Amino acid sequence: MPKYLLLKHYRGAPAAVNDVPMDRWTPQEVTDHIAYMRDWAARLEATGEFVDGQALSPDGLWVRSDGEGRPPVTDGPFAETKDLAAGWMIIDVESRERAIELAGELSAAPGAGGRPIHEWLELRPFLDDPAPATDE
Amino acid sequence: MSEPAASLDPGSARVVREFAPRVLSVLLARGADFSSAEDAVAEALLQAVTTWAQDPPLDPQGWLVTTAWRRWVDGVRSASARTAREEALALAPPPGDVPGTDDTLELYRLCAHPALSTASAAALVLRAVGGLTTRQVADAFAVPEATMAQRISRAKRTVREQGLPPSGSLTSVLRALYLVFNEGHDGDVDLCEEAIRLARELHRRTADEEAAGLLALLLLHHARRPARTDEAGQLVPLDRQDRTRWRTDLAAEGVAVLQAALARERRGEYQLQAAVAALHCDAATWEETDWPQVVAWYDDLVALTASPVHALGRVVALGEAQGSAAGLAALAAVPADVPRRAAVEARLREAAGERAVAANLYAEAARRATRVRERDHLVREAARLRQGR
Repeated sequence: MPKYLLLKHYRGAPAAVNDVPMDRWTPQEVTDHIAYMRDWAARLEATGEFVDGQALSPDGLWVRSDGEGRPPVTDGPFAETKDLAAGWMIIDVESRERAIELAGELSAAPGAGGRPIHEWLELRPFLDDPAPATDE
Repeated sequence: MSEPAASLDPGSARVVREFAPRVLSVLLARGADFSSAEDAVAEALLQAVTTWAQDPPLDPQGWLVTTAWRRWVDGVRSASARTAREEALALAPPPGDVPGTDDTLELYRLCAHPALSTASAAALVLRAVGGLTTRQVADAFAVPEATMAQRISRAKRTVREQGLPPSGSLTSVLRALYLVFNEGHDGDVDLCEEAIRLARELHRRTADEEAAGLLALLLLHHARRPARTDEAGQLVPLDRQDRTRWRTDLAAEGVAVLQAALARERRGEYQLQAAVAALHCDAATWEETDWPQVVAWYDDLVALTASPVHALGRVVALGEAQGSAAGLAALAAVPADVPRRAAVEARLREAAGERAVAANLYAEAARRATRVRERDHLVREAARLRQGR
């Protein structure tokens, strides 16, 4: 079964339809949104399609090597809030169509006014690596 | 669960799990329901692995049947207590010997039920017939144990709702075993060997020519495994493999199984693919391969299946049998989205002397690869041509 990374970030995608930042929602709207996400993940666990997932802190920084014997250089964060990756999830599903269906559900999580956010989510297939069993 | 590779002491997981289908058959013959009986057998197998090394039973199968039956009765009893349905236990027939009960073939068909996805069927076959633990099956598909537990219990629910599939077709069983062989990640169980073991058990119990064809195909592919990757774990394509490293015992067994099946003149996709694999195993070098004969088998495969994947295999063989121009001409009829098409074209263009075109095609093939080792190999091929070597 193909595995997919479902990535929630805002780099390069058009704005969501219901594009109101979360801190401008009502507390109940925040609660409802979180409940929707939790129920969605629980359903995936029950169907045996959930592999892993994690929310990410916005406190990221950039790191690169600065040559042998020297500590790595760190910098940043540079990203605008809207560029941040907010979290990721790995799903293991029957088909590409199923992965798209699930991402569509997640994108419909309720936001401001209780209306679906319709945000863009990125779906990336895994490069799988089982040992090759054939060679023709 | 650790599994000493070489030792076959009675408590080794490998020995214990061979009993799984027969023990499950006995429980089902005694009237236990599939889902809870399968759980009970899994628990009994685990208990056997932890206790047999110190305390080996005289009659391993009898021990497993007794233990699994007790577990099953305990399970029914506690379910009854919970739901106050004592009649569930009252209805269960008393334990008794059911000599010679072996419904393994029916178990294969039940676990690879056509209503299940191939991946779910493969998971259920590995656990219920193969006797693997849920964790081993989870490792095999590189998912968490909880995910696999859910997947297996959903599959069992589907099987319970659908009942035994009506026809005697083994199509979905063979597909599930082929998936285990091809898609499995090796955890502490070698899934290629597990698929071969299960295909052997199946072949022993049926005269089905395609069951023989699948077993032959797996054996012939597996015969080449020692040469398929180098010391660094990099892919070595068929034309560059050190053929002295091929396992002649497996190849010979595969050829024997295949010949017996082909003699019955009921050909199918697995037999035809095995015939191609047999020709490769028979050749001392890539160049000495009987390419016209490979093309002929691919002709049959394409006629039988109309599969573009086999049409692409035929292109490779045709390119070797008749030259790159013939291969490229045949390639034109293969749809652009067929996996590995760019890699096949790259090879033919290189043979035709079009190195720059070939390098770009290898790079394109690398971008489209779905497996890491294959991608890395294709990137190296592109790099090789661009370095002018």
